[in-house]
Amino acid sequence: MSTDTLQELTRRPYEAGFVTEVESDTFPPGLSEDVIRQLSEKKGEPAFMLEWRLKAFRHWLTMKEPNWQAVKYNAIDYQAIRYYSAPKQKPKKGSLDEVDPEILRTYEKLGIPLHEQKLMQNVAVDAVFDSVSVATTFKDKLRKAGVIFCSFSEAVREHPELVKKYLGSVVPYSDNFFAVLNSAVFSDGSFVYVPKGVRCPMELSTYFRINAAETGQFERTLIVADEGATVSYLEGCTAPQRDTNQLHAAVVELVALDGANIKYSTVQNWYPGDAEGRGGIYNFVTKRGIAHRGSKISWTQVETGSAITWKYPSVILKGDDSVGEFYSVALTNNLQQADTGTKMVHIGKNTRSTIVSKGISAGRGQNTYRGLVKVLKSAENARNYTQCDSLLLGDKCGAHTVPYIEVKNASAQVEHEASTSKIGEDQLFYCRQRGISQEDAVSMIVNGFCRQVFKELPMEFAVEAQKLLGVSLEGSVG
Amino acid sequence: MALLTVRNLHARVAGKDILKGIDLEVRPGEVHAIMGPNGSGKSTLASVLAGRDGYEVTQGEVLFDGKPLLGLSPEERATSGVFLAFQYPVEIPGVGNLHFLRTALNAQRRVRGLEELDAMDFLQLAKEKSKLVQLDAAFMNRSVNEGFSGGEKKRNEIFQMAVLEPRLAILDETDSGLDIDALRTVAGGVNALRSPERGMVLITHYQRLLDYIVPDKVHVMAAGRIIRSGGRELALELEEKGYSWLGLQDGKTAAPKGGEARR
Ligand SMILES: Nc1ncnc2c1ncn2[C@@H]1O[C@H](COP(=O)(O)OP(=O)(O)OP(=O)(O)O)[C@@H](O)[C@H]1O
Ligand SMILES: [Mg+2]
Repeated sequence: MSTDTLQELTRRPYEAGFVTEVESDTFPPGLSEDVIRQLSEKKGEPAFMLEWRLKAFRHWLTMKEPNWQAVKYNAIDYQAIRYYSAPKQKPKKGSLDEVDPEILRTYEKLGIPLHEQKLMQNVAVDAVFDSVSVATTFKDKLRKAGVIFCSFSEAVREHPELVKKYLGSVVPYSDNFFAVLNSAVFSDGSFVYVPKGVRCPMELSTYFRINAAETGQFERTLIVADEGATVSYLEGCTAPQRDTNQLHAAVVELVALDGANIKYSTVQNWYPGDAEGRGGIYNFVTKRGIAHRGSKISWTQVETGSAITWKYPSVILKGDDSVGEFYSVALTNNLQQADTGTKMVHIGKNTRSTIVSKGISAGRGQNTYRGLVKVLKSAENARNYTQCDSLLLGDKCGAHTVPYIEVKNASAQVEHEASTSKIGEDQLFYCRQRGISQEDAVSMIVNGFCRQVFKELPMEFAVEAQKLLGVSLEGSVG
Repeated sequence: MALLTVRNLHARVAGKDILKGIDLEVRPGEVHAIMGPNGSGKSTLASVLAGRDGYEVTQGEVLFDGKPLLGLSPEERATSGVFLAFQYPVEIPGVGNLHFLRTALNAQRRVRGLEELDAMDFLQLAKEKSKLVQLDAAFMNRSVNEGFSGGEKKRNEIFQMAVLEPRLAILDETDSGLDIDALRTVAGGVNALRSPERGMVLITHYQRLLDYIVPDKVHVMAAGRIIRSGGRELALELEEKGYSWLGLQDGKTAAPKGGEARR
């Protein structure tokens, strides 16, 4: 098949690119200590929170933007960004009736109805619109189980002791350029606490939507699973279609105490920019979990959006017998760039980690897997298995694999497998000879390539992810 | 009316002329065998008929059911009833065998204006058809051809044919690499699919297959042409005397002697 045909095939319409007209309360562009104070005040935060933010900001001023990652972008003017934008609404939201109907319609259009009777059974949703959380569903049902699931702002106000204890315990305020910026200016996000021995009765999900222009989105998510607790959490993301780039610098911290189990899934579909590479989200995200004795943290991500994706969901395997997993599908099309992977840091004895990365490049997309497996001296009998597969659609795109392996304990077993394949003309012809259209054949082959990862997603979302990948590769067949 | 009519077909691939004037007519209900040395163009003919990219038809025409075939896309040809059992069936990792086949069947049914089969009905159909080639249920849910042995791949091709029920089936060396039991099974499957409406073209190197599937006609192809056609006795004679009998050296693609070689 000619590259042109593939090019055609992979031309993607972005379906979530609309803008919602909503009155909002927005800061003027610019970043300073004053802005941070205003932000903190606006959110009614306790003093410890403001202190933490300022500490981060002062540190950030001393830092330089990193440039080691294999992505190229125009310099970001941090003074041109607005650090707060919230739809105007009553300060406290007792029920969904008080949420701006325009916003409810937005989520409905995106396929995330927030009215509980219409919701997917067994999935609680927290909706974050620009800088703030606008609604959290199924709160009562969760409360009965003792699970706290609320916006980060609410957690700061209602559960300051928990926030104080765990905030920054995995990703410290001084961690890296974008995480530090986030620590200074984060506006909202989700907070989850699952008490000892509790299995969270439903899937938890946050849906992030960037709407306003020129704003950055800096959300922060903190999930704590207490001893023996189990929780599965999913985030989804979209943004309107705009010519300018927007920054999304999030931080996610996971704490799995002894014997706990956290499954964190992401379906990321931020606006990727147009076919010429104009616009799109810069998705610079720090995600990390700490796994205590006998616990398990599993990251699953399906990254199809964003102009640039730059993230390495990681697990610090601190406790003996803890387990870390990373399952990833990253798709880059047109001029999209992705530099993503994971870090597995083995500290405890008998710690195990599994990495399965599937990179798909189409158009002129560039896809880099970058991963670190680090086995410290203390990590007797650590095991890692890494598998990185790349699939190329066409001959103008690229796939790169950059594995770093550091082993300080001789008893460790580290396995690495990598493969790169082109979507086979043979495979396509085989499908078409059986009557399957070229377009459906491509999406079937790509979905097959990703199956190992999709099967890790919660049922409800596996279907969505599959569809998303189909849409991302959709185009007119000549 | 003939099901398939090939007239003076010339085709090239990668700048090289491979087919140099093929004439062939298959009527409904007929089974034709095409034999011939390696590299003589048998698979190329199959690919051109199925519409594979990269094959340029430079002369001639092909009618299927009286209508021109060559302008159609591969999926359109499949939907109108052309099936190719591949010499080398392709592996598609991560795509379940049954899912693949149901997608294919439903794609064809959609175009034909038939209702799509739901998972349950399809499973029923698949179970029934799989008996024809004794394909174990375990293969149904494995990825398409992935990790299948050579023989299992070939059986899977016939299984697909049984489900898709084409009007014209082209079987490219479906017998190669089969042990004697598998050969019997596959032949049995093919025979069960013989019908007065269906035409078949068997590409094979071995007359042995034709003991099980008795053809109506046998053609010998060499250097891009059909140099001899006859009844099934032609295959027997070929087996006995070898290709040199037809003026071909040691099964190589030397140009045939005599008047048939047009230059
Ligand atoms: N894509 C291609 N590029 C270049 N040459 C090709 C291509 N496909 C086929 N050929 C050449 O065309 C000729 C015929 O090949 P073909 O596969 O049709 O032979 P065949 O009769 O099926 O042989 P076999 O019995 O070995 O299967 C061979 O010389 C082959 O090398
Ligand atoms: Mg062949």
